[in-house]
Amino acid sequence: MSEGRLRKLIVGDAQADRVVPPSGFTAQLTLFVSGAMAFLAVFALALSLASGRLANRWADELARAATLRINAPAEQRLAQTEAALTLLRQTPGVASARAFTAEEQAELLAPWFGAALPIDSLPVPQLIEVIEGDPGYDGTGLRLRLQAEVPGAVLDDHTRWRAPLVDAARALRRLGAVSILLIAGATAAMITLAANAALAANAQVIEVLRLVGALDSYIAHAFVRRFTLRALGGAAAGVGLGMIGVWLMPAASNEGGFLTGLGFQGWAWLLPLLIPPLGALVAFAATTRAANKRLGDLT
Amino acid sequence: MAALNHGPLKLTGCWGKTAERKQGTVVIELENVGYNYGGGELLSDVSVKLAPGSFHFLTGPSGAGKTTLLKLCYGALTPTSGRVRAFNMDVQGLDRDQMAHLRRRVGVVHQDCRFLDHLPVIENIALPLIVAGKDLAQEEANLRELLNWVGLSQRADALPPELSGGERQRAALARSVILSPDVIIADEPTGNVDWEMSQRLLQLLVELNRMGKTILVATHDMALIRAAKKQVQARVLRISAKQLIQAGADL
Repeated sequence: MSEGRLRKLIVGDAQADRVVPPSGFTAQLTLFVSGAMAFLAVFALALSLASGRLANRWADELARAATLRINAPAEQRLAQTEAALTLLRQTPGVASARAFTAEEQAELLAPWFGAALPIDSLPVPQLIEVIEGDPGYDGTGLRLRLQAEVPGAVLDDHTRWRAPLVDAARALRRLGAVSILLIAGATAAMITLAANAALAANAQVIEVLRLVGALDSYIAHAFVRRFTLRALGGAAAGVGLGMIGVWLMPAASNEGGFLTGLGFQGWAWLLPLLIPPLGALVAFAATTRAANKRLGDLT
Repeated sequence: MAALNHGPLKLTGCWGKTAERKQGTVVIELENVGYNYGGGELLSDVSVKLAPGSFHFLTGPSGAGKTTLLKLCYGALTPTSGRVRAFNMDVQGLDRDQMAHLRRRVGVVHQDCRFLDHLPVIENIALPLIVAGKDLAQEEANLRELLNWVGLSQRADALPPELSGGERQRAALARSVILSPDVIIADEPTGNVDWEMSQRLLQLLVELNRMGKTILVATHDMALIRAAKKQVQARVLRISAKQLIQAGADL
């Protein structure tokens, strides 16, 4: 699009704008659709960004932590725990190793057995938290040494359950991105329908304009500008409401889990502001295509 | 319309100006033109030349193809056979933009006038200027003069549905000449008006012809043609049995 056409699209031409009569339901439909879609796009964007953050956090934090479980008779448990801690502290790549206290283990089991669990009377394995250094330890070598020196120890590096969680978070992020694309596509389809309806309803206006020598580009521009501005206005309202909705959601907390982290952080609050111009761009492309096709079909 | 506030009139009459006539050239020419409507042949082997500054009436019974012939002249319809030329251009070969420029040189008055009902009369008359990107502020004097010429100065701000039949026809005529076209084509301009108004419209067309415009009027009003022939040298063409013939003294 030339600079002149872009300027005309933005600034407009009061006389040209009056040539096409204001059309009722297509104006409302365009405003509503672009507003609703922008509102949904804000949440899809928030979901996508939150999922991305979660995937990164899980991948990063859990990858550096492992758990060593000591399954031994009660009389040997303390000795094996000490042996395991000694072995771990000597292992290159292990930043730290710490045995969970009885209270910490009771707290971990509380959701299943209640807070008053007499943990000393139960055959609960002793847990040791292992924090990996940089570079990390050799997992295979560590397992072999543990097998030889601490027979009751089982090393769990969380790979089994961490991978599907990270995959799930990344899938959620992809779904959020796909949702935004679908929203853009649905917006384009609805605005195309509305533009076609407006062009059909104004067939006589188009006939008159052609009769008096209007170029097809002039006629198309009159419709395109109107729909683009409506889409821009509707999307701005939708984004405003969507951002208020996201802002009103509870802040991230450990208790609330994933849902309370659904929102924008820092500069990401600026991202939804891109939605109205992108919505206007989608409307511009959809209406231009619809108008050119319609005018081409009319003889 | 802010640009069209009432102001002093300047009788420049530039809407009446016509490009310098080139003797011997043809403004519109139909050469062996045929047109089929839904399988049936409406016009066959029609040939006619409109010279600059000439005045033609086109007659024939209802359904004979008068409107079709007019539409062929300004490119609203494409002939199924033969060739239409306007201003030395092959009309069938024009693209959409070239066709729009052709329409600016041919003013058309439809029987039903075809207005934009949401715009006042003055903006409807100014429509060709608007779509041509002209600055209406600079054209205001011409517009006022034109409104005065067609007797619609007092109706400038009325909406088209508020006009009488005669007022609509005069407004359509004003719109057709605002860009100072070389040719004016009118389809039954007096079809919905009384005798007095038809004489007034005829007078306007005669004045335009005297300014040098080429006029082509489709009508089945023989009294109008007789009245016109007293004022201008008008050629009468009749569509009969799909053919175009020169009408004789039987008028």
